[in-house]
Amino acid sequence: MLLPAPIQDLIDAFSRLPGIGPKTASRLTFYLLRAPENLSVDLAEALQVLKSGTGFCQRCYNITAAERIECEVCSDDERDKSVLCVVEEPLDVLALERTGGFRGRYHVLQGALSPIEGIGPDDLKIRELVARLQSEEIREIILATNPSMEGDATAMYLRQQLAPLGVRITRLARGLPMGGDLEYADQNTLLRALAGRQEMDN
Amino acid sequence: MPPQERSTRAEGVILRHSDLGEADRLLTIFTRELGKVRVLAKGVRKARSRKAGHVEPFTQAQLQLAHGRDLLILTQAESVAGFAALREDLVLLGYASYVIELLDRSTYEEESNRALYDLLVRTLTRLNRGDDPNLATRYYELRLLDFAGFRPQLFNCAQCESEIQPEDQFFSASRGGVLCPRCGGREPETRPISLHALKYLRHFQRSSYREAGRAAITTAQYQEMENLMQYYLTYTLERGLNSPAFLRRVRRENGKIS
Ligand SMILES: [Zn+2]
Ligand SMILES: [Zn+2]
Repeated sequence: MLLPAPIQDLIDAFSRLPGIGPKTASRLTFYLLRAPENLSVDLAEALQVLKSGTGFCQRCYNITAAERIECEVCSDDERDKSVLCVVEEPLDVLALERTGGFRGRYHVLQGALSPIEGIGPDDLKIRELVARLQSEEIREIILATNPSMEGDATAMYLRQQLAPLGVRITRLARGLPMGGDLEYADQNTLLRALAGRQEMDN
Repeated sequence: MPPQERSTRAEGVILRHSDLGEADRLLTIFTRELGKVRVLAKGVRKARSRKAGHVEPFTQAQLQLAHGRDLLILTQAESVAGFAALREDLVLLGYASYVIELLDRSTYEEESNRALYDLLVRTLTRLNRGDDPNLATRYYELRLLDFAGFRPQLFNCAQCESEIQPEDQFFSASRGGVLCPRCGGREPETRPISLHALKYLRHFQRSSYREAGRAAITTAQYQEMENLMQYYLTYTLERGLNSPAFLRRVRRENGKIS
């Protein structure tokens, strides 16, 4: 059966989203077709302003409202300006903010190095990070890239680039996940947990 | 089908991964038994995933795979070799990426090739234990070209078939090998190849890894071999690879020539 164009168009649009196959795309489309009008209207409005209403913080490259030059974290005077946490994506900022355990500021790279996919240093906000180190009074850089091959590559590259600038560089501890069993851990995780062992002080 | 037949055991090296959905990943794995396969790994992006560390790129792992409707699905994974050193050094990570990308680009899905699998594991092992990456990588390229059916002709002129004399020659990617000075001068798309580079490429092509390692090759000679192989591989693969640019950059910025 040939579907009317508006239906097929929406199915095609949904199918282009990550994690959504043609089946799910059809299901979502027909759900919207039957659902009350305001659901579609709200969705359409939200989509419309998603891009136009947001932008990147000109300091840390986190996502922020379009009318702001700097994000909420960067413009918060209570935050410690001397500690910078470097993350891959804006969602990582969100995760760290939820912990409430970090009072410094961020720098969002907008990705991670991937030699095979062809994502190199110039594709990330690395030059911008180096510039911040030269213009801001930064004491410590915390590398909080993911514990993946790409995250490791990015952290090593940053360490190499930042070391000559004489700033303290730390990396998030890598080791066993909370609630995990030792016997299920892979060798690399175990090696790192062992290397990063800590004194039991109380 | 009975349940036991819907599940396969395989050993493989993880070539690459891409994020899928909320917490899943799509893995490309070169297995010993099934060749290159694509496998859905559910939930591996969650910090508590038991499988995640076992299926990172470059890892060699024992896998249990279930046959899903469209894809193989990872049900168990246990790493055999994590090749930790390849992830602790940027230059080595670059070499490993190159080895992996070259394998990915030279193979088709679901064509098993045990000899190629062994070559891949051996090459990663050599890089990981600190062998000269030039030696390990150049040796790997020449063996891989054999398996892929692009063994370069290095002993006779690829045009007139006359035996190559001990002098500087030309190399033609489209002719698939070395050209004598007479033929090479007439071909438009050729590269010069020095006597030394030719000698060592020949040596690597017909020697064991151990024998190849005995040759005293200078950095400049390795550099020429590398450039020639890049030129030839770009031609045979019909497209340049991504990792060489990364590798060149990190080598340069590291202040290392090797
Ligand atoms: Zn900001
Ligand atoms: Zn000839």
